[in-house]
Amino acid sequence: MAQQLHVELVAVEEKVWSGEAEMVVARTTEGELGVLPGHAPLLGQLAEPSQVRIKQAGGEQLAYDVAGGFLSVSGEGVTVLAESATPATPAR
Amino acid sequence: MAAQVRVLRQRIRSAKGMKKITKAMELVATSRIAKAQARVEASLPYANAITGVLTALASNARIDHPLLTPRERVRRAGVLLVTSDRGLAGGYSSNAIRTAESLIARLKADGKEPVLYVIGRKGVGFYRFRNREIAASWTGFSEQPSFADAREVGETLIKAFSAGADDVDGQAGADGIAGVDELHIVYTEFHSLMTQTPVAKVIGPMQVEDRPRSEGLLPAYEFEPEAEALLDALLPKYINTRIYAALIESAASESASRRRAMKSATDNAEEMIEKYTREMNSARQAGITQEISEIVGGANALAASGSEV
Repeated sequence: MAQQLHVELVAVEEKVWSGEAEMVVARTTEGELGVLPGHAPLLGQLAEPSQVRIKQAGGEQLAYDVAGGFLSVSGEGVTVLAESATPATPAR
Repeated sequence: MAAQVRVLRQRIRSAKGMKKITKAMELVATSRIAKAQARVEASLPYANAITGVLTALASNARIDHPLLTPRERVRRAGVLLVTSDRGLAGGYSSNAIRTAESLIARLKADGKEPVLYVIGRKGVGFYRFRNREIAASWTGFSEQPSFADAREVGETLIKAFSAGADDVDGQAGADGIAGVDELHIVYTEFHSLMTQTPVAKVIGPMQVEDRPRSEGLLPAYEFEPEAEALLDALLPKYINTRIYAALIESAASESASRRRAMKSATDNAEEMIEKYTREMNSARQAGITQEISEIVGGANALAASGSEV
């Protein structure tokens, strides 16, 4: 997989995580959604409560419990805005 | 003489005690400034991101939201004042209060009725003492505000703002709550360790800036849910972010102001100690000189009387 997504996960009080990933999975108010590189620009409100999963190259996966979150996908990458984000227990 | 020396020694001791206290407060304030500045720094990514998202939303959708439309008749204006909980911070709180007072005077001159929201015990004390009405107040977090505090304040303000939508001539409308038609915030901007200035800004209704568009077409965004629902969810968050930013900047200013006040207090104590030490030494020497001259005088008198016998 040559293409990578630039992902930023920012909470109000600090930047939680940023880096490259292969896929971001989140659940908006409309339903679960996976973002791969080249995804169309999108703005979404995340469901409450919501878990954001970031799949990195090599199969590693990060998961965060996010409250009051928004998802923004643009040409530059994915930004997850959250009021608070805490690392969740590893993938189920 | 000995009495004077004792008094001076007592004064030096109390000045030294004071110096220890002010020095400690200065050091605490110094470390708090660094912490507050780090928090300002840490909040920037989110602030930038939410501004970016709102810009994207604004350029892709028709914007029509109560939080964005100025009311035709502004009868009541909410003023949020950020002060400190504790004193000993130089002119920090009184400067903020003075700025708020001039804003209130301006609002009154425009025929608007100011509604006060106060953060910090100092501001609350100021208005309580003068028997002026405060719509709501929050205390206990001025030095280390968290986002939860900002959210609480923001929710109250937004509730008041939306309640003001149906008010008629400053009287409560259909919902029975007299809200506000405008929201102002007075806080202290942190420029540097030496300069902090209180400022008054409008936070509601928000103004959409027509910034020159960047080159090329803006991407056509998909919205989940609808753009209107998104705006509904985003704008209050944005206001909360603005309030949070104001709170942490004020906290940095408060600490900087306190550090400066405590530094000059420490310097003054040092000066006093030096002055009293000099006075004490000269009093002690005068005492010794006097004693010697008394002894010499006594011996001379004895010798003189002895030779006569």
